[in-house]
Amino acid sequence: MFSRAYKTIVTAPPLVWVTIFLIVPYALMFCYSFWSVSSGQTIVHSWNLQNYHELLRKPVYWETLLRSIWIAARVTLFSLALGYPLAYFLSFYAGRRKDLLYQLVIIPLWVSYLVRAYAWKTILGSDGVLNTFLQYVHLTSHPLEFLLYSPFAVVLTLTHIYTPFTILPIYAALEHIPRNLVEASTDLGATPTQTFWKVILPLSIPGVVAGATFAFVLSLGDFLAPLLLGGPSGIMISNVVVSLFGAAYNWPLGAAISLGMLVIVVNLLFLSEKLEKRWSFS
Amino acid sequence: MSADRPRSRWLPIHAVAVFAFLYLPIAVLILYSFNRQGVGGFPPHHLTLDWYRILFADDAIWDSVLNSVEVAFAAMAIALAFGIPAALALDRAQFPGKALFRRLVLLPLILPGIITGLSLLMLFNLAGKRLSLLTIVLGHGTALISVATTEVFAGLQKLDRAQEEASLDLGATYWQTFWRITVPNLKLPIIGAALLIFTLSMDEIAVSFFLIGRENTLPLEIWARLRRGITPEINAISTIIFVFSLIAIVLWYRLRVRAEGGTEIGAELLETSEPHP
Amino acid sequence: MATFKDSLRTQTADSQGPANPHLLSIRNVAKSFGRNQVLRNVSLDVAEGEFLTILGESGSGKTTLLRIIAGFETANSGELWMGSERLDGQPPYRRRVNTVFQHYALFPHLTVEQNVAYGLRVAKRPEAETRQRVAEALAMVKMTAQASAKPSRISGGQQQRVALARALVNRPRLLLLDEPLSALDANLRRQMQVELKSLQREVGTAFVFVTHDQEEAMVMSDRIALLRSGELEQVATPREIYSRPATSYVAQFIGHTNLLKGEVQAGTVRCGAISWRTELPDGPALFSLRPEHIRPVQGASSPGAVRVRGHLLHQAFQGSTELIRVAADGGMVLTMRVASGSSLADHLEIEFSAADAVAVRESPERI
Repeated sequence: MFSRAYKTIVTAPPLVWVTIFLIVPYALMFCYSFWSVSSGQTIVHSWNLQNYHELLRKPVYWETLLRSIWIAARVTLFSLALGYPLAYFLSFYAGRRKDLLYQLVIIPLWVSYLVRAYAWKTILGSDGVLNTFLQYVHLTSHPLEFLLYSPFAVVLTLTHIYTPFTILPIYAALEHIPRNLVEASTDLGATPTQTFWKVILPLSIPGVVAGATFAFVLSLGDFLAPLLLGGPSGIMISNVVVSLFGAAYNWPLGAAISLGMLVIVVNLLFLSEKLEKRWSFS
Repeated sequence: MSADRPRSRWLPIHAVAVFAFLYLPIAVLILYSFNRQGVGGFPPHHLTLDWYRILFADDAIWDSVLNSVEVAFAAMAIALAFGIPAALALDRAQFPGKALFRRLVLLPLILPGIITGLSLLMLFNLAGKRLSLLTIVLGHGTALISVATTEVFAGLQKLDRAQEEASLDLGATYWQTFWRITVPNLKLPIIGAALLIFTLSMDEIAVSFFLIGRENTLPLEIWARLRRGITPEINAISTIIFVFSLIAIVLWYRLRVRAEGGTEIGAELLETSEPHP
Repeated sequence: MATFKDSLRTQTADSQGPANPHLLSIRNVAKSFGRNQVLRNVSLDVAEGEFLTILGESGSGKTTLLRIIAGFETANSGELWMGSERLDGQPPYRRRVNTVFQHYALFPHLTVEQNVAYGLRVAKRPEAETRQRVAEALAMVKMTAQASAKPSRISGGQQQRVALARALVNRPRLLLLDEPLSALDANLRRQMQVELKSLQREVGTAFVFVTHDQEEAMVMSDRIALLRSGELEQVATPREIYSRPATSYVAQFIGHTNLLKGEVQAGTVRCGAISWRTELPDGPALFSLRPEHIRPVQGASSPGAVRVRGHLLHQAFQGSTELIRVAADGGMVLTMRVASGSSLADHLEIEFSAADAVAVRESPERI
């Protein structure tokens, strides 16, 4: 029913915008990763594999990447462990308070990242709220130093930030489970626990996959929480990129790492889409 | 249905614990914005409004707030101007590369901000564009088109196509039909998207981090101060940010409930999979 | 109120060009969605002021044909002419055709009055004229009292009337109605059938009405176009289509019938144990015989009647009449309609006049 002109008018402007501000920049990132920096601090537009060679040669990059993956994996795991039961509770047990509790999940999701990360900084510091509280109640006599400027602080903060991201898709998946399936399972003699493991959990997998993807991808690329709370031992791969684009002034090498991250992320998204499709039966 | 289901004892306890984990840090933050002694120290005592007084006299902060508001409005305009047509295109046009286009539009929503920020930095650098609030606007606009597109697309899926057919049938052109029928029917998703985009832009830091020129947005101003050490003044401004976010989010939620009539709102923003055909 | 209807009439009379006596000519229209052929070579003319029903089962392509006339779909081939004006290729908003949608498609954010005024407002008619025409249109469908209500606040039958007023207020040359009564319950439906038909007579605008309900088609139409799997089976008046069905499909789709398969040889049809004279050429032949044309033999046979013996199989009560299934000698089963309460013996003789057995073409099996 829509004329060709209509379709062109709605398609062309976003297409042009996406081309200029997404496709071209990604392509540029690709190009940069094959360029290099001369001793005179100028970028040499000659094509070579020097950056990739450097990345493969120096273990520090690999170690940082692995640490980032390990941190992101823990964040994902903890977010799911906190998020799934809450989503399950919301969907199946919350009754009339469902709406209110759901809003309570949404609010932190959209409330400033910086505000929340900062809150943890004030809590975890050596004379922060938690340490002074522990001493006040005489649980400890000295401030616990591992709380701030550590991978622990990063994992804790990122878990706090990304838990709501896992709750929402899991909740949506649980809500889509027809309740008569649960009744049928009970009718056929399954206990509530059996029903959960055999019916509810398998049918909510797409939500789990979506939530896990969000938590993993976003925490993998995070650089603000490590800068704010990580200390030297909490450095993540994006921090390396930030310094390469800043003080270290090696954009090409930074672009190569970013491109690597982009490739990892896009592959993860494809994988998660595949998994979600395989586990959705409607 | 939940009435005749066996109730679990530990599920509500877990729920309370998770909510505590989500909200306690924010509560602590707010509490210490009233603490004369500073950010640390337990228990807080000598509650005072001094930090707010200092904050309100702090011109640098309020300049950055103004910058952020300007950026947020401009980013909102861009994201809506391109995000709404993108949703229409995804809903009703067929063109080669449509699947790729959909993925690309939605990508910045899930991509770590650093990648969006850096790739745009390289673009502006190559184009010889000096970093300024404008480059931040372009960055936010690009990243938040996805929000407008998802929200409006969800609205379009619920829009009865016969409405627009009836309008065309009654002699309205496509342009008249868009303004008289399509937009009024999408009023709630569009307002909701605008609110969300505004709030997210006000809070955005990862993309802005790379595109900042001489003038700071509010989050970047706070960030710069955090590097120099923390004072309850930051708690005070954070509290104000929190209150404004809260208002915006609750408003958005109410709009969505009216538009959808369900309690599953917002989930599609986090859906990466294929939108329903 | 009268002025509104009069104005519609003048409008249609004026536009009658001498070049083409038909208001709308559909010529060889074909349409497929992907591999699914929905319409094949459909040609149909609509005359000024007539009530034409496109009748067909779901999936027969009737709604697609309507959408092609309205301009929401484009035919793969064929032409649409309105008088001497080529219609296909024109966007929907340029066609002097309006539609009453299946679920009315009233704009929920506009009041009843604003809905009806919509077409005039987008055409930028003077406001005074718009107001007057809207008031007349609302009066015509007796909806003046609900003018400022939102569509969600009025009943289904009222929505139906508003949709009708919203379309007619634009003085279309042709009104399309896509199963407009299907959402109403049976009683209201019958009432609206009568209302719609008398409204159409008054305003004189040509209606093209789509339905799957053959009774509705019979009650309302001047002509019926029966569509099957994208092809027209027959276009005729309700009487003709009932009494002279062209094909076995038409005969079975409209009302009850008995299909008799026979063999013509030298002017005689042989059909199981029975036979009668015919003018058909030699070869196989198929006949449609309506149940009401079969009757039990009482006393002397009427001249020229075909008789057969049989025994009673089943009796279905239908109010004023009953449908009786009779197993005739020779293995054939015939259905006959008799007045309720007729007393029938288990073994009986039945008869029909040869003239009532109408030769029909055999419709090919299609999915």
